[in-house]
Amino acid sequence: MSDGIDGVALGVFLFFFLLVTVMGFVAARWRSAASLDSLDEWGLGGRSFGTFVAWFLIGGDLYTAYTFIAVPALLYAGSAVGFFAVPYTIIVYPIIFVFLPRLWSVSHRHGYVTPADFVQGRYDSRGLSLAVAVTGILATMPYIALQLVGIQVVLEVMGLGGGEDASVLEKDLPLLLAFAILAAYTYTSGLRAPALIAFVKDTLIYIVILVAVIYLPIHLGGWDNIFSAAEDKIAASNEAAGKPVAGLFPGIGAAQWAYGSLALGSALALFMYPHSITAVLSTGSRNVIRRNAALLPAYSFLLGLLALLGYVAIAANVETENAQLAIPLLFESQFPSWFTGVAFAAIGIGALVPAAIMSIAAANLWTRNIYKAFINRDATHAQEAKQAKLVSLVVKLGALVFVLGLPSEFAINLQLLGGIWILQTLPAIVIGLYTRWLHRWALLAGWAAGMLYGTWTAYVQPSATDPTVTHFGSPLALPPFVDETKIYIAMLAVMLNLLVAVVLTVALRAGGVDEGVDSTDPEDYRADADDEGVEAELDEAVGA
Amino acid sequence: MPTGTKVLLGVLLLVPIVVPLLVPLYARETPALIGIPFFFWFQFVLIPVTAVMTSLAFLVTSRHERAGGVR
Repeated sequence: MSDGIDGVALGVFLFFFLLVTVMGFVAARWRSAASLDSLDEWGLGGRSFGTFVAWFLIGGDLYTAYTFIAVPALLYAGSAVGFFAVPYTIIVYPIIFVFLPRLWSVSHRHGYVTPADFVQGRYDSRGLSLAVAVTGILATMPYIALQLVGIQVVLEVMGLGGGEDASVLEKDLPLLLAFAILAAYTYTSGLRAPALIAFVKDTLIYIVILVAVIYLPIHLGGWDNIFSAAEDKIAASNEAAGKPVAGLFPGIGAAQWAYGSLALGSALALFMYPHSITAVLSTGSRNVIRRNAALLPAYSFLLGLLALLGYVAIAANVETENAQLAIPLLFESQFPSWFTGVAFAAIGIGALVPAAIMSIAAANLWTRNIYKAFINRDATHAQEAKQAKLVSLVVKLGALVFVLGLPSEFAINLQLLGGIWILQTLPAIVIGLYTRWLHRWALLAGWAAGMLYGTWTAYVQPSATDPTVTHFGSPLALPPFVDETKIYIAMLAVMLNLLVAVVLTVALRAGGVDEGVDSTDPEDYRADADDEGVEAELDEAVGA
Repeated sequence: MPTGTKVLLGVLLLVPIVVPLLVPLYARETPALIGIPFFFWFQFVLIPVTAVMTSLAFLVTSRHERAGGVR
């Protein structure tokens, strides 16, 4: 890390930061609504985004500062399992294609804004709906915190935030400023702000990654050289540990199970996150979602290239104890100052967009499923919008406390916990889109079992490489009755969740326990924007 | 929807879900491509393949929806 501040890089960074700030405030007038005082307008951008905007917005969810920093950091640290991000983002699109159009249709018929709204309407259970809402908010907070960690990492490498001896205020002031700006324009413009800023963000990221993956390998002697440098480093760390702790690819069976289960678990979890569902519900028709499922893999390609930058950093002799700094340090050491500024702006803005969408989604959940359902049942549209705006601030503030108060290693472990939690809402949401066979109380019990088991199992995992880390050290755990093959905890927990739900459903149905009233109609799951008479069999066929 | 169309859609959507999960299939170093081990470049190839298959699935469903809308 260089000692001084690179004026050119900082100048370019600030330029882009100011640009998106102005855009964030102007966004309130974009596709202007009569008033932003309703949740549909503030929280879903008027529900009218087309393929083009949706592509950027949904891509913004997938493609965060976390992926920019953490995925290559895993490869840099010698763990090829980190490349699971690629199969994960491949699997996720066919999954979206199959079930999200159904969620879109039923939500547009009934005016649902959040996944918990749907669960309430489908199962007639305020308890289950509350569980889904709370899980969503809980899982989103560490995710927002990680976006702020991304900004922090860039600021640190740029030399802002002072050195070791800087005062607390000096150290965190730049992050606080970035945070205040984000909070202010999310408050005024709602979902329109990140949708508009996403254009800048993605343009910058595409440019930076394309330059990085073309320029850097040429500069560093080709991919041959890069992979052999990575192989050397991995061999050295295996030798130091006295056992194979790393590999250039998951060569042994146990690592392959880890790889596959992480990919599948993450793909299933992604579209349970409230912010992903918010982005999907903001689209203008169900075909926008399907078309996007076909277009979005372009992001996966860049994500893969980005992941490989972790190996590129090894070949470029980037030396750091904190693997998360590897990519910013790589950019700083290899690019001219002005382009380093562009690259850092890409990471920084890449963190702002998802952070804004996530806080809006969490605010929607709070407003609809906790405030309106339990606190003020007769809330007007204006009151709802007011609540959501305020809560978007509170959620971000919570995330900020996370980042400033806890070591960043811990933040990443909580993100892993977020993935485990959010997947526990899958049975209620996804299975609920197809059948109402599972009983509402069985779903609630399954959810509770999955949450407890997942949280506890994650808590007791020590780190494989760092003996000082005794809790939340790994996303993987041994399934019951298995000795060697670890798999992703979220998958284990959701399997327990489903098992409990199925067994209890049989019992509750045998006992004739009231299952509530379904306020949705089978036709609702197929409705489209202008055409109420969409072919009936379509989704059954796709789901078969 | 005719059975043939259902099967076609099933294949178009299942292949991109199942193939990435068959990790032993591609966890190999060779054959390398411009210095990139098989494990990595194979997964890069899967991405456009998935895009093409979901695009075809989109065309099939939207054609079917149009035909159904005429009823």
